[in-house]
Amino acid sequence: MTDRRDFLKQSATLAAWVAVQDPRMRVLQAAGLELAGDPAAIRALLMAALNAAKMAGASYADVRVQRKSQNAVFTREHQVLNVVDADTIGCGVRVLVDGTWGFAATRVLTPDGVAAAAARAVSIAKANRVARADAVQLTPTAAYADVTWNGPFTTDPFTVPIEQKVDLLLRANAEALKVPTVQFVTSGLLFVKEERHFASTEGSFIQQTVVRSYPTMQVTAVSADHSDFQNRSNIAAPMARGWEYIVAQDVVGHAGQWAEQAAEKLKAKPVEVGRYDLVLHPSHLWLTIHESIAHPTELDRARGYEANFAGTSFVAPPEKMLGALKYGPEFMNIQGDRSQEGGMSTIGYDDEGVKPDTFLIIKHGVLDDYQTTREQANWLKWWYDKTGRPTRSHGCSYADGWANVQFQRMPNVSLLPGEKDIGWDDLIAATDRGIAIMGDGSFSIDQQRYNAQFGGQLFYEIRGGKIVGMLKDVAYQIRTPDFWNSMQMIGGKKSYEMFGAFNDGKGQPPQSNAVSHGSVPTKFAQVNVINTGRKG
Amino acid sequence: MAADGFSVMARDDMQSIVDRAIKASVADNVTVVVTSSATGNTRFAANQLSTSGDISDTSVVVEAAFGPKHATVTGNDLSDDGLRQMVARAESLAKLSPDDPEAMPPLGAQQYTPVPAWFESTATLTAGDRAKAALTALQPARKATDITAAGFIVTGAQAVLTCNKAGLSAFHRSTSANYTLTVRTVDGTGSGWAAADNKDWSAIDFASVADRAVHKAQLARSPVAVEPGRYTVILEPQAVGDLVQLLAFGLNARLADEGRSPFAKTGGGNKIGEAIAAPAVTLFSDPLDPTLLSSPFDGDGYPLSRQVWIEKGVLQQLAYTRFWAKKQGKPFVGNPFGGGRFGFGGAAIKLAGGTMSTDEMIQSTDRGILVTRLWYLRQVDPRTLLFTGLTRDGTFLIEHGKVTHSVRNFRFNESPLFLLNNTEALGPAVRLAGTEIGGDCVMPTIKAHDFNFTSLSDAV
Repeated sequence: MTDRRDFLKQSATLAAWVAVQDPRMRVLQAAGLELAGDPAAIRALLMAALNAAKMAGASYADVRVQRKSQNAVFTREHQVLNVVDADTIGCGVRVLVDGTWGFAATRVLTPDGVAAAAARAVSIAKANRVARADAVQLTPTAAYADVTWNGPFTTDPFTVPIEQKVDLLLRANAEALKVPTVQFVTSGLLFVKEERHFASTEGSFIQQTVVRSYPTMQVTAVSADHSDFQNRSNIAAPMARGWEYIVAQDVVGHAGQWAEQAAEKLKAKPVEVGRYDLVLHPSHLWLTIHESIAHPTELDRARGYEANFAGTSFVAPPEKMLGALKYGPEFMNIQGDRSQEGGMSTIGYDDEGVKPDTFLIIKHGVLDDYQTTREQANWLKWWYDKTGRPTRSHGCSYADGWANVQFQRMPNVSLLPGEKDIGWDDLIAATDRGIAIMGDGSFSIDQQRYNAQFGGQLFYEIRGGKIVGMLKDVAYQIRTPDFWNSMQMIGGKKSYEMFGAFNDGKGQPPQSNAVSHGSVPTKFAQVNVINTGRKG
Repeated sequence: MAADGFSVMARDDMQSIVDRAIKASVADNVTVVVTSSATGNTRFAANQLSTSGDISDTSVVVEAAFGPKHATVTGNDLSDDGLRQMVARAESLAKLSPDDPEAMPPLGAQQYTPVPAWFESTATLTAGDRAKAALTALQPARKATDITAAGFIVTGAQAVLTCNKAGLSAFHRSTSANYTLTVRTVDGTGSGWAAADNKDWSAIDFASVADRAVHKAQLARSPVAVEPGRYTVILEPQAVGDLVQLLAFGLNARLADEGRSPFAKTGGGNKIGEAIAAPAVTLFSDPLDPTLLSSPFDGDGYPLSRQVWIEKGVLQQLAYTRFWAKKQGKPFVGNPFGGGRFGFGGAAIKLAGGTMSTDEMIQSTDRGILVTRLWYLRQVDPRTLLFTGLTRDGTFLIEHGKVTHSVRNFRFNESPLFLLNNTEALGPAVRLAGTEIGGDCVMPTIKAHDFNFTSLSDAV
């Protein structure tokens, strides 16, 4: 251990020396690629692309120059598996010609390069005209001529020396390995920084920077005779915050406890199949919300636009569902927003220049709205007129980097707290026979979001209002509307926590986004629980 | 390289990037991987074209190593300055990293058998070609009035060059053309899916895909509910691949030796040499198989050859990394299952086919379920490789040797190992149009008993 500490001390000095001596390192660590640090040059590129698109015949165009930087450190037990830095920058141009979309993306960041991409996008739109039926109509949005928005990080993780990251992980691993049956630990730190520049033919020019941080750890306990092993993972939530968030998670301080939990799972009682009341922690429930509420209320899914891959939605057609579908009890309110601090979908402006608003998807248990983009908001004009609301996009347009076309992706979708000031312990105390679940495990849901199965990380048996022991091999199966309508109790404001997905997939070609889901501890009645421990 | 940059770089241009990066390095070893790609895609849904785009990129991976210290940097700024920055960053990170006790010496020059996976017919496609192909589904769907079509056409060309200071130089280029189509009935009760995939665009029969998807959607209309439980199943090749390809990641020698895999033996060691599947089951990888045409080298640039993982039901070998093979004293044959350092997606794998036709399988089944494909597979228990997921886009009841009803979709909890153990018959193996994990995959139809359906889904 001493050797390693000495090494890390020396390497800290070395890092400082390299950073000072090497001007290229300063450029990379401070402002990235030269172009990425030069807003005027980027602006000129954006304008070159927009002009080329208009010259070629586009009625509308938007252009994004985006840089995505990633840094990752992966370890197992007492060693580093890999240190990876990834950086990509390029330009994506989207155009409308005669109501038909075209898109092209290039890494050639010269005026000629982006103009060629714009011309190509226009030619694609023209070629596609033959196969489209209805012309795309964009809901109006304000133009934001020169605005900047930055995420809430205080310490940029890309400025933190690598040896500090390695030291944190290896110390956490060592703590976990002190527990006798724990034989394996993997851990990692993943950081993403997105620098986004957007301009449109409607006059917007928007610069934004977002940072996301994700500490990961999986602890594996193995029984002495190799007949069983159990994992404890998915512990700390990813967040749109900086290094300060990683420090606050105190993975070194908690690793021993997580390892004890993995070891305890070896001795846990296999669950008996049947119906149980479930008390679900926000570290678990976020994923159930994500799969069974957030995805089915994407308007493109509900209208069949994702039918070939991600699927459609049971929350369809909108004409029959809005104001009518009883998703859950009266105290159930589901909010879409891109403004919660630290939320991974949080942003100042979406990828088509709309300032997102905060809206209720489910209001008092009834479906009230869908997630929308500019193309989609018009589809619900009848509903907004009927309920006296303006027809506007909720700002849910997102593209996974410069090489992908933007489309509808979810905002932070969250279960709002109840009015009573109660929490986890109160829900357990109110449960006679049930299972409490913490952490997310395996998850699977059908292409219309009806039938889902969720595992978890930690399962506790509740008897007579008290936790009496640990269970294993638990998964529950639901039919979405039945499940949410069986919700009996929810926690209050103080019990609200946010977790989320660092990589959520949708679309063809598949795109990944990051999104958070806040919720409170929640109790559900009589849910179908299965035992997943099969021997053959 | 075309004037507008929307095509794959020539090998010489890629080599010049490698040369510049290696020249800029001072590390004991540096590995440079250049990947150049040009892809085009066209989506359609609700009976009309929705989005379409062309994307081109060339990215570089630099791994620098000082003895047992190493680090990796990726970027796409190919200027002299950009490459120098990448190399400098990789070298500084490597120096700051602790020694990797599992670091292996760099690979020297290797011999590769070229794989003919490049088809000019695919590499030169335009958006207009794709739109015309989309119309082969859109026109009949619009005409029929009671169905809607949603599909995706994606084509690509890619070249990879992997080199290092020790003389390694691995080059491979390939094209791809992939078409998936979902047809749904307007009444919302039926959905059918069909697909095709080939390195050669001209080998894809778009009209036939549309016919199959439309036919399946119509057959699937108005499903009835059948009790979940254990059934004899006939899984079409796509459904087999959705589940069986996941087995590739379980064929991991280290996890088995460490006691955390279904191939770990109680008491220590692994199950190589034991019967783990029905005698009809042979699973292998082979870059030169004409239905696979997969990469001739793994993520580290190590040559790949034909490797049999399961032969006539017996586990022949597990996949090693170079380090683990050395530590365990085993020969290293490359790792086609994502074992390399430089990001290899998917698993190229083939399950050898049999001779029974799907019709014969149906005729020989008294009561069973015919499955088109599976969806949203997630691991439930790593000890048995148990996965959950659902059937989708065409699930049918077989009674007394005939397909009698469309049935509602099922959720299953099943392991590819149990499926291959319970396999009774196999049909001819065909190339799949992509599973949830990707990669070249060739699978037959399988008839197997006791497939575990655990609940019903209302989803169509």
